[in-house]
Amino acid sequence: MTTLLEARHVTKVFGGGLFDRNTTVALEDFSLAIEGDRPSITAVVGESGSGKTTLARLLLGLATPSRGQVFYQGQDLRAMSQADWRAYRRDVQVIFQDPYEVYNPFYRVDHVLTTPVAKFKLAVTKADARALIEDALKAVGLRPEETLGRFPHQLSGGQRQRVMVARALLLRPRLILADEPVSMVDASLRATILASLRTMTLERGISIIYITHDLATAYQISENIVVLYRGSVAEAGDVELIVKRPRHPYTQLLISSIPMASAERSWTSETVAAPALQAAGNAGCKFADRCPSATSPCLQAVPPLFRTDRHRAVSCYLYQGAPALPTEEMVKIFAEPAKGACVSASGIPMTP
Amino acid sequence: MKADVLRVQGLQVYYHTALGAVKAADNISFGLKAEERLGLAGESGSGKSTLALAILRMIKPPGRIEGGEIWLDDCNLMTLSEEEIRQHRLARIAMIPQGSMNSLNPVIRIRAQIADALKDHGLRLSKPQLAARVRDLLQSVGLRPEVADMYPHELSGGMKQRACIAIAISLRPKVIIADEPTSALDVVVQKQVMETLARVQKDLGASVILVGHDMGLVAQFVDRLGVMYAGKLVEVSPVRDIFTKPLHPYTQMLIASLPSLEQKGTFRGIPGLPPLLRDLPPGCAFHPRCPHAFDRCQEEEPLPGEARPDAWAACHLLP
Repeated sequence: MTTLLEARHVTKVFGGGLFDRNTTVALEDFSLAIEGDRPSITAVVGESGSGKTTLARLLLGLATPSRGQVFYQGQDLRAMSQADWRAYRRDVQVIFQDPYEVYNPFYRVDHVLTTPVAKFKLAVTKADARALIEDALKAVGLRPEETLGRFPHQLSGGQRQRVMVARALLLRPRLILADEPVSMVDASLRATILASLRTMTLERGISIIYITHDLATAYQISENIVVLYRGSVAEAGDVELIVKRPRHPYTQLLISSIPMASAERSWTSETVAAPALQAAGNAGCKFADRCPSATSPCLQAVPPLFRTDRHRAVSCYLYQGAPALPTEEMVKIFAEPAKGACVSASGIPMTP
Repeated sequence: MKADVLRVQGLQVYYHTALGAVKAADNISFGLKAEERLGLAGESGSGKSTLALAILRMIKPPGRIEGGEIWLDDCNLMTLSEEEIRQHRLARIAMIPQGSMNSLNPVIRIRAQIADALKDHGLRLSKPQLAARVRDLLQSVGLRPEVADMYPHELSGGMKQRACIAIAISLRPKVIIADEPTSALDVVVQKQVMETLARVQKDLGASVILVGHDMGLVAQFVDRLGVMYAGKLVEVSPVRDIFTKPLHPYTQMLIASLPSLEQKGTFRGIPGLPPLLRDLPPGCAFHPRCPHAFDRCQEEEPLPGEARPDAWAACHLLP
């Protein structure tokens, strides 16, 4: 089993310079590994301030960890040779949140597609390059003749975002990191874009790390999920288990707060029972100051991950009867992606 | 049966651009009953924010209200002068803006921002009276009295949005229009803010129009839901019916596009793209994307009809 991308005990602290005593721990002792030999979709879910964008930047090598390391195929990102760095840059692609900001308004959209083809020498002739680009566009449900040659402002937000997905596909990457790819897209297009991400995993064997604040879409496309709360893992494992029967009090609060578009499921219970303890700024569990079931051990030390189920770990003392799990082993308990699943089984059809 | 507090009749709002008139809201009619919560849902560019602004007559050029009537009780807002409509805003019909981050003045304390609204509407209060009024208002939206002396940057997103609600209810309006009031907030905070809004609405006995793109949020809050597509109100139904038996094909497909937490693989996108508002297709604006479209849909624009008691939709498929 080869590990493609791995974060090992990564901590990122902002601030705390020579004259600055205020530090912010954006991510604390975080470990995650994506295996290379079986394509998977792993979702990282958190609210604003949970450290999810910091995680994306660390995994992309756009930020360096304060402690810990990020490895690509066993090599530390910071100690890579030029050639390996190029390979990493090609194998790991990113889709950013904002489909408006990633384009230069003065260039036609073709620019974002032709540049990588030229940089990575993907095609010899112009005709080859054109064919490659057209294939990638068709794979995400865009018609090349209606897309190429246009300026960014002539495309809708959803189309622009799909061009970004096509760009990522073009390089035949092994891993795509999608940081809130659909949060600025309307509901009717969201499903289409997520379906094209899922198709990539199933048909082209590309693994995806899907970073989002939206638990419902994470549930729909991923096999495993990591719930972050203020830089720490609250709960991780099989998405089915976590969404249907959340164990961590934070995950429970999060799921009960999601307004669902259905007539039956209602936002009933009045939110947030008052916290049992006054616990701001303590050394223990970060959720203790909002947690209705916090007790004094919660304030003393950060709870380790407890393996409550075969495919789930929870960082909460409520489950201290379960065996503790070192953070770097978190991914070992992840549920395996269903083998040979086909598009129809996923139930999300591609729409042109 | 409660009477309508607000009645919008045939409202048309066009934006005049160099490329032609953009019909952002076209021939919109609906009523809002006393103490009712009505939702207006739709995707970006469907005209829902334009409609919200138009009800307050806050459309700015190049936009213009081309026609229609807006009745607030027995007063047609369209016939009022600028000064008269200004006095009606906030006092009788108030708006909670989208993006609380930008709607508070960053260099003025919350107390002064609330006081400003009261003074502008001719309320003469002594200092202690004003302090008491501000404290009561903040308390009613679940904010501590100290917040009055803070600047907006000292407040979290949820607190800012609550401060905006406090300003909106400061003159006890009969109608509150909330345009995506929680779009930048986390889900947990969003739920708390919506609970606050629900509570103040009940206390005031006001009616609320909630505008939003998040069908889930709108569904959890409102009694009746209107769905907008390409500047038209395509369906208005009680919220429990709209999810169990949606009338309009667009509503059906929009609901099917929402990811569920109950069951995997149950959401699908709507093929195609919404039309350009300055270049609408003839007939029904949804026909190019509609799986049930037939000849008549391309020729004749469907008019809203009452397909079930209290449920209106504009579609040729419906009797």
